[in-house]
Amino acid sequence: MYLSEKEQEFLEKTANKIRRKIVEALEDAGSGHSAGSLGMADVFTALYFHVLKHDPKKPNWENRDRLILSNGHIVPVQYVAMAYAGYFPLKELKSLRKIHSRLQGHPHRETLPGIDATSGPLGAGLSQAAGMALAARLDGKKHRIYCLMSDGEQQEGLIWEAAMFIGKNKLSNITAIIDRNNIQIDGLTEDVMPLEPLREKYEAFGWNVIDIDGHNMEEIIDATNEAKAISYQPTLIIAHTIPGKGVSFMEYDFNWHGKVPNGQEKERAIKELRSIKGKIRSEYD
Amino acid sequence: MALAREQKLNKTVFNKNPEKIPIRNGYGEGLVEAGEKHPEVVALCADLKDSTKSTAFAKKFPERFFELGVAEQNMAGVAAGLGVSGKIPFIASYATFSPGRNWEQIRTNISYNNANVKIAGHHAGISVGPDGATHQAIEDIATMRVMANMRVIVPCDVHEARKATLSATDVWGPVYIRYTREETPVITSPDTPFYPGQAEVFWDSKDPKCAIIACGSLVYNALVAAKELESEGIETLVLNNHTIKPMDNTRVLDVVKRCGAVVTVEEHQIEGGMGSAIAELLANQLPTPQEFIGIQGVFGESGKPEELIDKYGMAVKDIKLAVKRVIKRKNGK
Repeated sequence: MYLSEKEQEFLEKTANKIRRKIVEALEDAGSGHSAGSLGMADVFTALYFHVLKHDPKKPNWENRDRLILSNGHIVPVQYVAMAYAGYFPLKELKSLRKIHSRLQGHPHRETLPGIDATSGPLGAGLSQAAGMALAARLDGKKHRIYCLMSDGEQQEGLIWEAAMFIGKNKLSNITAIIDRNNIQIDGLTEDVMPLEPLREKYEAFGWNVIDIDGHNMEEIIDATNEAKAISYQPTLIIAHTIPGKGVSFMEYDFNWHGKVPNGQEKERAIKELRSIKGKIRSEYD
Repeated sequence: MALAREQKLNKTVFNKNPEKIPIRNGYGEGLVEAGEKHPEVVALCADLKDSTKSTAFAKKFPERFFELGVAEQNMAGVAAGLGVSGKIPFIASYATFSPGRNWEQIRTNISYNNANVKIAGHHAGISVGPDGATHQAIEDIATMRVMANMRVIVPCDVHEARKATLSATDVWGPVYIRYTREETPVITSPDTPFYPGQAEVFWDSKDPKCAIIACGSLVYNALVAAKELESEGIETLVLNNHTIKPMDNTRVLDVVKRCGAVVTVEEHQIEGGMGSAIAELLANQLPTPQEFIGIQGVFGESGKPEELIDKYGMAVKDIKLAVKRVIKRKNGK
């Protein structure tokens, strides 16, 4: 573990700021996906503020780590993390999902510098990660490819075509992360189309698999470090998360998958997110 | 007029037994040339290395060749990743599978993503023959030309296929090229000019009464029809319209204006194909009587290539009849 207490506190506060901004941006947009965006705030914070080798002022820097968000519908969390990291001004978040905006409802590589892949139709991120990883290997480059996926999209056959290909080619420069929040639009993943045993599936395809608490900064960062250290196989991090994390009335409720808060709900959510573990009121920002 | 015939066409094209080579061979040759010219070129294949003629590249540049297995969707996605990372990937499979099965990956991850990927659709058209309708791509021109950012090229013979393959690396962004399997007449020579986006007049007359606008191997049938019609006293013009998107609107309008009637010829569904692209242009700029030679809204079946071309109405006799019909319509009869 490399995190000092101060760093850990910084990351946790940043994640909380990001959650509040997600709630605001989604309420403002009037449509979008709340549960997954909030659930992945800690992972995105860890990536943009600790793990990724990147430069917000040079979004096309050749040696940057690539980040592919395969489940493009939770892109609000990425936009907010990018804004706080300095890719674009925070006030641009008000343009989310609106006309003439760079912040498309699902990420588009050509529209916003810093977005490495276009996504939305599920299951397509891992293949693109494989292509980027092959290109890096051919060019002898050291950057890594991070591919974030949802658990629901593991039901796409394309995921397994890609998992097989990455396993065959031992693309150890890929770190894939699954947001294992157990929900999808129609209900619980294990009811809609069971995914378990997920770990064993990927292991059978030649992957190194790490299960973590997706809200624990230390575990997130440790797992990404382990992935970097392994040179003979790709790594999958199964990040167990709580959908809607931080907002009590959204947590664990699949109805919030594709829904946004109204004005009143937003106020309630922000109020909850202004406290630590729902108890101690905090004024930091 | 006679000039166009002599300069551009293979000397044996009107022989009883013209020289015949599969168009797909042009992919194999062009791909190796592209690989020699550009170190960024990589080739991907989905378990059809030999029949897509990818083998020569794989042998020459083993480290730049990737076997994906039977997984066309993943092939499109991997190519998209390579294509936004400084590589120039070519993906090859049968056109029914790629760009058939992986249409959405091509749309989102290649076209909308504007990834620099070249898509080679092989065994296209009904003339793939005995394999039957499952393997006869007769919708690919439509499904590719409807996509923003995409370019669509249908070479008429092996030489043009080689040039088209090589030329795909000259432009940034997605290009779809259509190849066929069977041995078909060699219409052009290595010296015939080929510029993507520039249609070429392959047959001209002093006073043509109908423009036959063709693409792919059926350019041959169009030429034979033109020659036979000439001996019957009907002058025509044949335009090799190899680039369907972006189309050579200037040249098309020019020849249609001269002729006042059009027959389009393609080994593809009439709906949405090259003829449709011509009709869209003419409806807007130069309404002209037009007849369509192509597959008429049905699936194919097993058979020999020439039997199928005949049964589904794309033979020389069909083109001649269409020319006569459209000239009658032009003359108000």
